[in-house]
Amino acid sequence: METYAELPLLQQAIQTLAALVLVSSFALLAQSRVIATIQIFAWQGLLLAVITTLIAWETGLTHLYISAALTLVLKAFFVPWLLIRQARKLGILRDFDAIIRPGITLMAAGSLVIFCYNVVLPIQRFAQSITRDAIAVSLALVMIGMLMLITRRKAITQVVAFMSLENGLFFAAISATQGMPMVVELGVAFDVLIAAVIFGIFFFHIRDSIESLDVDQLNRLAETDE
Amino acid sequence: MNVIDWVLIIPVAGALGLALLPNARLGAWLNILVSATGLAASIWLALTVLNNGTIAGELFYVDAFNVYLVVLTSLVSMTTSIFSRPYMAHELEIHKVTHLRLRLYHASFQGFMFTMLLALTTNNLGVLWIALEGATLATVLLVSLYRTRESIEAAWKYFILCGVGIAQALFGTVLLYFAASRVVPDPDQALQWSVLYQHAGQLEPVIVGLAFVFLLVGYGTKIGLVPLHNWLPDAHSEGPTPMSAVLSGLLLNVALYAVVRVKMIVDGALIDGNPHNPQLAGFIMMAFGLLSFIIAGLFLHRQRDIKRLFSYSSIEHMGLMTFAFGLGGPLATFGALLHMTVHSLTKSAIFMTVGHASQIAGTQQIDRIRGLILTQPTVGWGLLIGSIAIAGFPPFGVFTSEFLLLTATMKSWPWLTMPLLMGLAIAFAGLFRHLHPMVFGQIPEGQRAIAVNPFPLLLHLTLVLWLGLSVPAFLANWFDEATRLISGANLL
Repeated sequence: METYAELPLLQQAIQTLAALVLVSSFALLAQSRVIATIQIFAWQGLLLAVITTLIAWETGLTHLYISAALTLVLKAFFVPWLLIRQARKLGILRDFDAIIRPGITLMAAGSLVIFCYNVVLPIQRFAQSITRDAIAVSLALVMIGMLMLITRRKAITQVVAFMSLENGLFFAAISATQGMPMVVELGVAFDVLIAAVIFGIFFFHIRDSIESLDVDQLNRLAETDE
Repeated sequence: MNVIDWVLIIPVAGALGLALLPNARLGAWLNILVSATGLAASIWLALTVLNNGTIAGELFYVDAFNVYLVVLTSLVSMTTSIFSRPYMAHELEIHKVTHLRLRLYHASFQGFMFTMLLALTTNNLGVLWIALEGATLATVLLVSLYRTRESIEAAWKYFILCGVGIAQALFGTVLLYFAASRVVPDPDQALQWSVLYQHAGQLEPVIVGLAFVFLLVGYGTKIGLVPLHNWLPDAHSEGPTPMSAVLSGLLLNVALYAVVRVKMIVDGALIDGNPHNPQLAGFIMMAFGLLSFIIAGLFLHRQRDIKRLFSYSSIEHMGLMTFAFGLGGPLATFGALLHMTVHSLTKSAIFMTVGHASQIAGTQQIDRIRGLILTQPTVGWGLLIGSIAIAGFPPFGVFTSEFLLLTATMKSWPWLTMPLLMGLAIAFAGLFRHLHPMVFGQIPEGQRAIAVNPFPLLLHLTLVLWLGLSVPAFLANWFDEATRLISGANLL
């Protein structure tokens, strides 16, 4: 296995950026202010767009430029813009979303990363050197997204968690396989777009019904009614 | 234009038209018209496939397995739209919905049908994922249609849990694509099911095994497998009843279809038993299926909401089918295919009667629904006969398929028949302890009959009875052909 220093500069850049994406995921997990959470999410989208561009350059696959542009528009600008707009309308932009036991949550996230490296260990040897770590990182992004989803109370930060989970999937697709077929990528982007819009509608429904966005107040339905 | 195009264009055009049509009452009729046209197109497609064999193209792949699900989907869509017209008109009368929301409802109904048909006919595993995620998006605003606190909660749970669950399936799809891109040179073909199936033997078994786990967890969330089922009873109980009927009758089937399609590839890749057991996929499905079957049966006993009751029954039956497909072999596969059909028909019929029953009583609380047969015999008897059918009594079709499944289990895993039989008994007791006081007994004061169209109910129950008495030859051959495609051998 080649060490980091032996790789060409471009690949070093890709690996460093991949590590930064993982860091941004930890930052999302630890950040309790609503506006900062959305901003970190936008940065994560930007990082992904840059990585996609670099991979496109490295491999010479032109369709990856389209993916990069899509990511930039959708994940770095449109979704964060929409979320900030809704949060301002709902008056929760400056709110805090208290994190349950931040220390334990972060440690759990750290162990999740190790776990993900272990899970993909048997398949890493089939990957090219450029993407070897990327599969583990993308799975870790998915898992940390899930962790964030269960440690948050506000609907809006849960949506950020959901979208960052989606980022992990996108990262898996571009890094492990140099992107999915175009029709699939466009379809997934379309689904994300619709989901973002529906989430936006939902915030107002939730607020109208419980007068806040703390979804842990939605607790009336249980498995058994006794 | 191609017949498959028509099958897909009709619901899309319907959804657009219904979204633009301001009159909701007219919309209900148009909805029926669109669904009926869709059924005609599906039957045309089925005839084409029966006469000319499998349609295999770049975009679409239609063989005996999915074409029967296409017809079933369109049939249930048509009958549900007929049922939905008087049902939603009643909801409008008692001001549970507005005209605007009814418009949203009709448009989403056809949008949902489009995603189901796209998921069934596509040849691309990525598009299959997109369609199933699209199905969540199309129905999530319907679950919260009544805007009650409970319905918002149910919709939020549905959205988040299904979204997260199905994200795992996309990760699995990426892994599968990763394995395929090492074998299939053209990247545009590497996600086509037909190409993957052809090259299954060359795919790297380590990657495919891992991919299957993610795919099963992802699509399993949509099937409602325990312990990923939490969204299902909520979404079924809080949304409008026609939605519950199509979710139970169609969405769960299509998600299971996705798993079976993937299993066919995985089985091919693991065939030489190194490093995974060749039956890995089957074993995981059997475990999940059996767990869902037993747990859901137990939960039946502790329900107080009539729609939640029957959604747990759906989980139970989906568990049984997952178990059967996991078991593999021609007999179990044939039984599972038949069970998919009869469960879909019976369960949507039950949800129709349940919808009317809760409109008659003005509540979904089981304790307060009483004297249905005396109030309105169609609804009361419909619910009773439907429940008898779903509990697996002869002469209904569910009995036939469950009997086949038990026989298949007895042949290959004799000791597993005990938990299966126990599960059936538990589920039977769970249903009937609630059912008996609801259909029999005295009419509560002030309870009156409502407007009902008995045709969809009669049609479904008659079909289930017919399938129980004798499966017609053309249908048996059809199932047999699908069985051969899935399990590799004919049964008949």
